[in-house]
Amino acid sequence: MRRAVVAAASGLLFGGGLMISGMASTENVLGFLTLGEGWNPSLLFVMGGALLVSLPGHLWLKRYRSAPWLHASFAKPAGAIDHRLLFGASLFGVGWGLAGFCPGPALVNLSLMQGAALVFVPAMLAGAWLAGRR
Amino acid sequence: MTMALAGGMLIGLAVWVLYAGLGRIAGISGIVYNIAERGQRHWRVPFLLGLLVAPWLALAAGVPMPASALPQGTGALLLLVAAGVLVGFGTRLGNGCTSGHGICGLSRLSPRSFAAVAVFMGAGVLTATLLRPWLLGWLS
Repeated sequence: MRRAVVAAASGLLFGGGLMISGMASTENVLGFLTLGEGWNPSLLFVMGGALLVSLPGHLWLKRYRSAPWLHASFAKPAGAIDHRLLFGASLFGVGWGLAGFCPGPALVNLSLMQGAALVFVPAMLAGAWLAGRR
Repeated sequence: MTMALAGGMLIGLAVWVLYAGLGRIAGISGIVYNIAERGQRHWRVPFLLGLLVAPWLALAAGVPMPASALPQGTGALLLLVAAGVLVGFGTRLGNGCTSGHGICGLSRLSPRSFAAVAVFMGAGVLTATLLRPWLLGWLS
């Protein structure tokens, strides 16, 4: 129960942050990814703000906590920087640059029943399903 | 830019809370694609519910509706579908998106995430700056 509450709080903070930061607007994301006149730097401030909290937070955990408060261990995904990672990241980047949606903002817009997300999210789930079949 | 910074800090806090409390990575793509995985539903489902409820609370608190209009025209719609497929395929293959690699991974100083972020940022900028305007012109 406590774990569900913490997870829900994290999801709420995450979704609220996406809305407040303006990152739920594809206009702002595309404005950042499109270089040139009228370039919109806000995504840089969002990433910066997130890392400003998260980076020292993680360093603190690393130094003072051997395990999270409500679970036995920290997830530490590791692996090689291989073709799969780099190819996946580049395909993701192309899709992101075409529509201005990455998964979080797409779901926020889906919840708000915004037209673009109603098209994008099913396509995204289909793409993930295809990748899982490989 | 104050709202961008403040919103970003909330996102950073969200990522930290999940890692500090449950030791889990707040990566939206991984959470959504594996929502039905046994043994993980107890945190993935409430996280996703929080993510979906939050925008309504934000609207009620006066945050404006995001500007994410449905593009007009068949060509632009096809582009949106292609973008969705690429994002889904790419984030599953690359094990993460802007949240998992971009915020959690960078905070954990994961070399894999640094590589992934450099690649998807580069590809995103090139695509939006060069490919997207060309495709939109060609499709219209």
